[in-house]
Amino acid sequence: MNTDWQAIRFTVNGVSCTVHAPPMKRLLDVLREDLHLTGTKEGCGEGECGSCSVRMNGDLVNSCLVPVLQAEGAEIQTVEGLSLDGELSVLQEAFLQHGGAQCGICTPGMLMAAAQLLTRTPHPTTAEIREALAGNLCRCTGFMGIFASVAAAAEAQAAAPAAETARHAR
Amino acid sequence: MIAPGGLDAVLELLAREPGAWTPIAGGTELMVAFAAGRLAAPKLVSLWNIPALRFIETGAGSAAIGAASTFLDLRAHAVLAAKLPLLVKAASWIGSIANQSRATLGGNLVNGSPAADSSPALLVYDAEVELISVRGRRRIPYAEFHTGYKRNALATDELLYAVHLPCRFTRHKQYIRKVGARRAMAVAKAALAATALLRDGVVGEIRLAAASVAPVPTRLYQAEAALAGRPITRQTVQAAREALLAEVRPIDDIRSTAEYRRRVTANLLEEFLLELRREGSRP
Repeated sequence: MNTDWQAIRFTVNGVSCTVHAPPMKRLLDVLREDLHLTGTKEGCGEGECGSCSVRMNGDLVNSCLVPVLQAEGAEIQTVEGLSLDGELSVLQEAFLQHGGAQCGICTPGMLMAAAQLLTRTPHPTTAEIREALAGNLCRCTGFMGIFASVAAAAEAQAAAPAAETARHAR
Repeated sequence: MIAPGGLDAVLELLAREPGAWTPIAGGTELMVAFAAGRLAAPKLVSLWNIPALRFIETGAGSAAIGAASTFLDLRAHAVLAAKLPLLVKAASWIGSIANQSRATLGGNLVNGSPAADSSPALLVYDAEVELISVRGRRRIPYAEFHTGYKRNALATDELLYAVHLPCRFTRHKQYIRKVGARRAMAVAKAALAATALLRDGVVGEIRLAAASVAPVPTRLYQAEAALAGRPITRQTVQAAREALLAEVRPIDDIRSTAEYRRRVTANLLEEFLLELRREGSRP
């Protein structure tokens, strides 16, 4: 295998980056170790739990299953990219208000999966919320607070749609 | 891992060193195997971001799906959803949204799990697979692609290029159901797909296929034969169940037992037949 370290370029939260890494290094590890973006968490490391969810070129992906070479040229958004100048997004505020987070390990992935849903489906049904978060496991909340948070965020976004759309598009 | 970036470059690599390279698309299987140390000599060649492998074309009578199309690509395609609903439904079963954005139809087939979500739909739709190498292309029935547990018809220099599907089932009653531990993120304990016509109360053009009941995804020819040309009665349903139970070969494993899989697969067949009798096929 070609294990030589390579220069790999992509953008994270709108900022261009070049990392030097083995091609099979997981995007998760590059984000945390090379770029010090430790908001993205590792849970299972095999695509089952969703803790490491990030957005890549507009799609939700498990960053533990992305070899960094396949991120060449991609636009990555992590949980750090949801807030703007230290101000939480409507979605993040909703998680605070509605008991969407307890221990916090699943929370960044939940937020990214929910952000993905609300970008594509601004007015989701309960079933759509459940499907969108089906790949994200939480062992604290029992999920109901999380579903309520996403529903509340959708309502709040409907009230002030333009700012949130701009935020998620970043 | 290397990423040559183009289909021709990948094929030349496979031809130059046959059997030495393992293609990797979205990595939802191979990255897990790699992390677990199950890839013995992992020389991986990336198929991600190769547009020549990621396409969906639909014509009047058929559809062609590039092997590196993701399951979200399939779910987002309105024509596929209308003409080949069982395949699009099966695409929604794959893992989670984060998996569906990376997992590819070709990867699901080449991985060769007997529980593969897309397989029963492809079998009842009479799919063909197109294989490509520097030597050229060839098409074979998907039913002949899996040659044994985790074995397939690909030569060492070949790549799965596309899946071809005839779109002639819009008048058929179509059925698909998966039984797993939960609705998302579960490997099938059992799954059944079916298409059939009901004309004057008689079953015709019936195709049945199941996952997780044999070393490879399997057409259920004997159960089909027990139903073809017959009305749906208590007797024919029972005969079809018995034929199915005679031809499936499920095993006990971490997800289920052979006995559970036998009963559930037969129950799925009965559910399909009762729906077919109640609703008929389309005129």
